[in-house]
Amino acid sequence: MSNDAISARGDLRLTRITKSYGDFNAVDDLTLTIPKGSFFALLGPSGCGKTTTLRMVAGLEEPTVGSIHLGDTDITTTRPYQRPINTVFQNYALFPHLTIFENIAFGLRRRGIKDVKEQVDKVLSLVELPHLAGRKPTQLSGGQQQRIALARAIVNRPALLLLDEPLGALDLKLRRQMQIELKWIQREVGLTFVHVTHDQEEAMTMADTIAVMNEGRIEQMGSPADLYDDPETAFVANFLGQSNLIKGKIEGNDGDNLVIDLFGQKISMPKKRSHAVDNSMYAGIRPEKFRISRTGTPTRGNTLTGGHIEDVSYIGVSTQYVVAMPWGQELMVFEQNDDGVAPFDKGDEVVISWEPTFTFGLRGDEDIEAGTEVNPEEPAEE
Amino acid sequence: MKIGKARVPYLLLLPGFAFLFTFFILPILNLAQTSTQTPVKGGDTGEYEQTFAFSNYINAFVDNKEQFGRSFVYATLATILALAIAYPLAYAIAFKSGKFKNILLVLVVAPFFTSFLLRTVAWKQILGEEGFIVPTLRSLHIISEQTTLTSTAFAVVAGMTYNFLPFMTLPLYASLERIDPRTIEASGDLYANGLTTFRRVTVPLSMPGVVAGTLLTFIPAAGDYVNAAILGSPNTKMIGNVIESRYFKIVDYPTAAALSFTLMAAILILVTLYIRKAGTEELV
Repeated sequence: MSNDAISARGDLRLTRITKSYGDFNAVDDLTLTIPKGSFFALLGPSGCGKTTTLRMVAGLEEPTVGSIHLGDTDITTTRPYQRPINTVFQNYALFPHLTIFENIAFGLRRRGIKDVKEQVDKVLSLVELPHLAGRKPTQLSGGQQQRIALARAIVNRPALLLLDEPLGALDLKLRRQMQIELKWIQREVGLTFVHVTHDQEEAMTMADTIAVMNEGRIEQMGSPADLYDDPETAFVANFLGQSNLIKGKIEGNDGDNLVIDLFGQKISMPKKRSHAVDNSMYAGIRPEKFRISRTGTPTRGNTLTGGHIEDVSYIGVSTQYVVAMPWGQELMVFEQNDDGVAPFDKGDEVVISWEPTFTFGLRGDEDIEAGTEVNPEEPAEE
Repeated sequence: MKIGKARVPYLLLLPGFAFLFTFFILPILNLAQTSTQTPVKGGDTGEYEQTFAFSNYINAFVDNKEQFGRSFVYATLATILALAIAYPLAYAIAFKSGKFKNILLVLVVAPFFTSFLLRTVAWKQILGEEGFIVPTLRSLHIISEQTTLTSTAFAVVAGMTYNFLPFMTLPLYASLERIDPRTIEASGDLYANGLTTFRRVTVPLSMPGVVAGTLLTFIPAAGDYVNAAILGSPNTKMIGNVIESRYFKIVDYPTAAALSFTLMAAILILVTLYIRKAGTEELV
C-alpha cells in the first residue's frame, strides 16, 4: 500500500473522522471533501480541532474513527513519510543544522531524486531568495524562514500542501504581503493547499473555500463571500466579521419574502436566506449594511425606529456608531464617510434602515454570543 | 561611592579571577618551575634545585610511555562505552519518559549522594568472587573457572564508565531535550523514516551534547587514578597512578610535575583536534 500512497493524487476526502483524547472529542464526526487544486482554509478559534484535523491528514495523528482518502487511496494509517503530503509547520521547523539549500533538498534526497540542485535553485527563485542558499536558518529573518519552509514543502510537488498557521509568527504588514504571495504561488504551482488559521481575514483573503470549525465540527463551508453574506449559524456570523442579531418572530409570508416582527416593528427578508426551523428566529444584519438617518426623514427598505446614538467612533474611512434601541439592545452601525454629511452626535434620535436582501435569518435557539468571545489576534493554538 | 556602569562586569568577574589566579595560575607556575628541577647533590630526599633540566620531560615520558598509552586507551574505551549507554538513556528520558522525567533525572545524579571512593570500592565487591556477576558468567561458561574480573583492565574500564556516566548523560539529555519536536515531525513529513530521521536530524542536533559529554568523560578519565588503584593491578597502572606515587611515595617532584604537564598538553591537543573535527562552532 505504501508505494501506492506516495503516488496518490486527487481530492482529499475525510469521512466521519473522530479524534478522541479520553472523553474529549477534538474532532467530532467530521466529513469533508477538499477538491484537487483548490486553496482551502480551515478556520476556527483555538481548540476547535483544526490543527488536529491537519495533523491527521499529515499522518502525525491517527483518527480514532473514520477514514482519510486521497483520490482512491486510503491513507488513514499510512505513515507520514509514505504520504505525498507536505506541511509548512507553525514556526517553520527548519533544520537548524542544515543550510537553506540542504533544508530544501531534504525531501528530494530522501526520495532519491536526481536533479536536486536544479530543483532547489528553481524553488529558491520562486520564493525570491536564491542568494540565501548557503546560510543557516538562524541567520534568516522570520519572513525569510517562512518562505524557505514553503519552498522546502513545495519543491516535492506534493498532492497536498498543508499550512499550519504559517503566518502566525509574522508581524501584520509582512503577514498581509505573504498572504498575497502565498495565493500567487498556489496559482503558479497548481497544488492543493489546505490552510489552517484562526485569522478570519487571512482565510478570506487567500482561500477559495473556507470551512469554519467550532468544537470539532464544521459549522459552515463555502466561498468567503457566501460565508460572510449568508452565515447559517451565530458562530459563523460573529466569527467572520461582526453581526447584529435581533430576536424576532416570523409572522407570515409575502411571496418570496418572510414578514418578521422585531419587537413590534415589521420587516421583511428573502425566504431562502432564513435558516430558522420554526417561528422563532434571529434577524442578522452586518453593521455596514445599516443606513442611519435622523428621526423624521424618509427611509427605504426595512426600518427600525426609536433609536438614539449611544457612542460615536470616528476612524477615518468610516464612522462607527453604537445605536441604543427601545428594547434595550445596542446595534453596531458602520457608515462610510463619503457623503459630506456631518456625523451624528451622541444622543441624536435616529432611524436605521437597510435593504431587505441583506438580512440573514438564524435559528431562534442560537447562542447569539457564540464566536464573539474569541480574540482573532490571540497567539496560534499549540 | 558611585560605581560606573562600565566597571560592573569587571567587578563581577573579580572574585572568580582572584580565585583562579590563586588556586590555578600560581600552582601551575609553581608546577612548571618544579618540573625542571634536579636533586640537590648530597641533599635530603625531596630537596631540589632549579637547573632548567628539560631532559626531565624526555625521561619522564620515555619511562612511562606504557602508562600514558594505557591512560588514553582506557579513557577512550570508557568514553565510548559511556556514550553507548548514555545515549539511549538520555533519549528515553528526553522523549519517552512523560511524567517520570524528573524522577529519572534524579536517579541519574543519585550516585553523587555517595562518595566516589565508596562507589568504586563497591565495584570491587560487585566484580569480586562473592559478587553475582562472576558466578553467573561462569555458570553460563562465558568466562572460565579460573578467570577473575577484579584486578583487570576490564574492571578499571568498567569502573570508569560507571563513575563518569552521569557526566555523559546530563549534557546529552540537555541537548536532546532542546530539540524542537516539530523538526522531527518535519523530517517524517519530508519522506524520512524513523531511522533516517534519527541519523539525519536527531543525532546532528544532539552533537553539542555528544561533544560536551565525551569531553566531560574523557578528560577526567584520562587523568584518573582511583579506578586503576582500587579495581586494577600493577599491570593496569595509568599515568595518574604514576604521578600519585611519584609525588607521595617516591617524593620525586620534578618527574611528577613533568608528567602532569605532559598529560595536560596531550589532553589539550587531543581535545582541540576533536573539537575541530566535531565542528562545534557550526552547531547551534
